[in-house]
Amino acid sequence: MKKGEKVEKGKKGEKSRGEKSRGVRGKEGKRGGEREGVERKGGKGFGIFVTFCVLFLFWLLLSGIFDAFHVGAGVICSVIVALISHDLLVRERGEKVLLKSFRFVIYLGWELWQIALANFDVAYRVLHPRMPIDPLIIEFDTPLRSDFALVTLANSITLTPGTITISVEPERGRFLVHAISKKPADALTVEKTMQNKVADVFMEGGQEKGGEWKNDMAA
Amino acid sequence: MIGIIEIIVVILLAAGVFFMLTGAIGLLRFPDFYTRLHATGKCDTLGEVLIIAGLLLHHFFVYSSVPGAELSVKLVPVKLLFLIVFIFLANPTATHAIMKAAYNTGEKPWEVGEERK
Repeated sequence: MKKGEKVEKGKKGEKSRGEKSRGVRGKEGKRGGEREGVERKGGKGFGIFVTFCVLFLFWLLLSGIFDAFHVGAGVICSVIVALISHDLLVRERGEKVLLKSFRFVIYLGWELWQIALANFDVAYRVLHPRMPIDPLIIEFDTPLRSDFALVTLANSITLTPGTITISVEPERGRFLVHAISKKPADALTVEKTMQNKVADVFMEGGQEKGGEWKNDMAA
Repeated sequence: MIGIIEIIVVILLAAGVFFMLTGAIGLLRFPDFYTRLHATGKCDTLGEVLIIAGLLLHHFFVYSSVPGAELSVKLVPVKLLFLIVFIFLANPTATHAIMKAAYNTGEKPWEVGEERK
């Protein structure tokens, strides 16, 4: 029964899938092997389709010429590239993708503000006559495991005030970070605002603070 | 209308130039490799994005919104938008790659009190 339900879910639009799977998420493990086997088939076509749409839209916007030759060439190229490399763009086979991208956009807003702060911070340190810097290297673990979440966090750390990612160990979610002084380092190791926000966006790991907010979203 | 847009564009360009300049000064003033990357990695990203945003606004209101403009002309702001997205993706990644390469080759981070390298 449950299997049939899942297969049907795979055929429906991504929105309803994203919403529905929230309900059953507690019962099935996040990376349940059984489910992956079931969804892979439906997910592949979906992945190719999404990749094709993105590529073709990109082609149209870049070319801006709408005669038969250019559009046809675009279709052919997009199909070939989508067939070869769809698994690079769509990894998750549509699982909660819509909800995640929605949260990701909200996160981007916060991130842009942090970037602005980062630049004023660097400008202050650069232009201050005595250069208030005290560099140190810190190391911390995160509950994140998926590639996209790790990349997001690594890039966010690099762009926000006073810290740059040196290396990431994907297996343990361990980050090595160079901080320009004590305060930005504490923001990562003590307050953990950014880790929690990213973990929240991608719904990974046991978030300490994130739980309440998530329930609010579901209600 | 155009007057207000021009003021905004000039502000964006000036802010972009300011941050690029700060990045350059930081590159010269900071004591070691890692801290110099702090200056260039962050300031260059926002500086470039602000300058491109200014150009985008300018092009959109001066060329794209003119009636009868060609479609390829109208689409230039979209291309600039793509540039912004790719800079936001590529710049921190490149900074991170350089940082990692330096760390792996054993470059020691500068600490307070040491002489600058």
